[in-house]
Amino acid sequence: MKNRTAKGYILNTVVIAAILIGALIIQSVFGKNQNFKLILVPSIWQCCYLIILAASLNLVLGFLGQLSLGHCGFMAIGAYAAALISLACQRAGIFTDAKGAAFVLVLVGCILIAGILAALVGLLVGIPALRLKGDYLAIITLGFGMIIVNIINNLPFAGQEGLAKGSAAASLYKNGLGFGTASKVTYLMVALAVTLICLIMMFMFIRSKYGRAIKAIRDDEIAASASGINTSYYKILTFTYSAFFAGIAGALYACANATLSTSSFAFTNGGILNSTFVVVMVVLGGMGSLTGSALAAIIMFFVNYQIKNGLWVKSLTGFLGGMFAYPMLVYAIILIIVIMFRPKGIFGTYEFSLINFHRDIKNRRAQRALQKADRKGGESE
Amino acid sequence: MLRSPAFLIERWQLTHVSTLIQTLIVGLRLGSIYALVALGYTMVYGIIRLINFAHGDFIMVGGYTMIFTMPLALALGLPVWVSVIFAILACALVGMSTELIAYRPIRKKGTSMTALITAIAVSMILENLAQAIPPIGPNPIVTSQIFSTGGFSVAGVTMEWTTVLTIVISAIVMIVLYEFTQKTRMGRAMRCVSEDKEASILMGIDVNNTILLTFGIGSGLSAIAALMYLGQYPKVYTTMGVMLGLKAFVAAVLGGIGIIPGAMVGGLIIGLVESFTTTYVSSSMADTFVFLILIIVLIIKPAGLLGKNVGEKV
Repeated sequence: MKNRTAKGYILNTVVIAAILIGALIIQSVFGKNQNFKLILVPSIWQCCYLIILAASLNLVLGFLGQLSLGHCGFMAIGAYAAALISLACQRAGIFTDAKGAAFVLVLVGCILIAGILAALVGLLVGIPALRLKGDYLAIITLGFGMIIVNIINNLPFAGQEGLAKGSAAASLYKNGLGFGTASKVTYLMVALAVTLICLIMMFMFIRSKYGRAIKAIRDDEIAASASGINTSYYKILTFTYSAFFAGIAGALYACANATLSTSSFAFTNGGILNSTFVVVMVVLGGMGSLTGSALAAIIMFFVNYQIKNGLWVKSLTGFLGGMFAYPMLVYAIILIIVIMFRPKGIFGTYEFSLINFHRDIKNRRAQRALQKADRKGGESE
Repeated sequence: MLRSPAFLIERWQLTHVSTLIQTLIVGLRLGSIYALVALGYTMVYGIIRLINFAHGDFIMVGGYTMIFTMPLALALGLPVWVSVIFAILACALVGMSTELIAYRPIRKKGTSMTALITAIAVSMILENLAQAIPPIGPNPIVTSQIFSTGGFSVAGVTMEWTTVLTIVISAIVMIVLYEFTQKTRMGRAMRCVSEDKEASILMGIDVNNTILLTFGIGSGLSAIAALMYLGQYPKVYTTMGVMLGLKAFVAAVLGGIGIIPGAMVGGLIIGLVESFTTTYVSSSMADTFVFLILIIVLIIKPAGLLGKNVGEKV
């Protein structure tokens, strides 16, 4: 068994290295290509933060079994923290434009501090909030998400106008983050590496004793606490851990977008990013499957991209075309269909893994065959 | 021009007191709108343990129905507010069909979490579907005045007729509703179902019909709330119900969800908090204070102000 685990680690490392090297090669070969620069790279950036966001919410929603509706609040903290720190560093003269080793250091620092700040707020929110559960927890996290956004709006140095007063405009270009096309290509590796590291950290968390403990809490809280699991400690730990990654996703968001506005982090809005949309991603991917969340994030990004830019959408007319003018309507319908016909989501609680993939497929086929045989036997009787 | 200090102090006190009373009245008016919406939340939650996120959007449905039926009412020579009858019918219809199409199938096979997520999805569908319908569209529609303008002034405090009507109508509706749940057969059936579903089936109560009726009444109330809201802010837009609904929900939780008097108390408190924060702190911080109050109450008394703490059975 131990041998198999080691093999799994080696296989995963090799594949991850291959992906990174492949990305490097693609980057150097197609770096000048317009389509690559203007479409693919921004898409990868968006996918990166959506993946982190969905996976981090899945820790709370899927593995801990608690609905949190204020996840984008933590993301907002990360985004604003990263933007403000980078602004401060630029004012202090640590870097002048988005180039050089100093800037990379600042960038990594921003991402880390964004995560840590969000985690701290997550801890503060989690301690009172997680005394409640179910519907009440959903509402209280919704309330906290709104309060966070409202406070950021009213801060003199952040807010809707704060960053605008600070630098030349509400634009992030001036303070290093808010990458233009060229910087997005240059720092593509940062986004990919951060996403991979975050996913690996979440996987390790889920497969550790902590992960087993929170799954036990999800399945039966009373039984878990009777077995000696400190339920409130583990709940707050998970919540904080999840907020940390939401903060990192926020920092990536601040890198990938030209402007920051608190309306992006609200409970619902017309765009792709809001707390409900994150819930849609997690439910679609499967509550309790990190790989499912990653896949769902990519699918939802693709759907969103098609709705916004796809030619076939533009050719629709009348009411159907009007429907596609409001992406949230499409997401809501997707959500209802998924919940009605496949409440477990795409993956359920299944985790895709390279080394077990072959075995899982085989097992599944065997199971299917068995079920079929059962059904036939039942009919003939 | 120099005035004596005593005069200034007296004047300051006068304006101060009248501001206070004005704020109080604004709070009561807001609060009675919240209470009406909160009643819908609380009735539905009490009976099926589901936060009906779509409830806020029923207000929007009511608002638009009124906008579109106002010309009809005028053509028949009736006062404008008669269109609220159409709005109540439309809202009740939308509410009951939501229950039939979305909630009932999910309730049969899903968990409470999937039901909650469905409610969020229904809310998103209603908001965005309304935008996609051509005569509604994404832009706000401004209406004419529903109630006659004007009012009277007592000792520096202006009372508008709209305010008086809002408070009076919602008080009447609440009393009627309370009596309905206490005295009539249907009301008692509702209370039975919310207390124990299995037992009420055994007592010969049609649970599904009772739930449907609850949705109908709750949604109908939101149409009345829409009338009050439009009387104050004569503008409808597709997301008008979101914040209103959320705050009303906060009110319902605050008073103790599932308890009808609790929704009234909670609504009034939320309205007062909002109007006092707007006057004395900052209008942009009002939402923060509303949610802060919710969080404090939930932490100290999770069952709400009027709710009873029920121990968990193992």
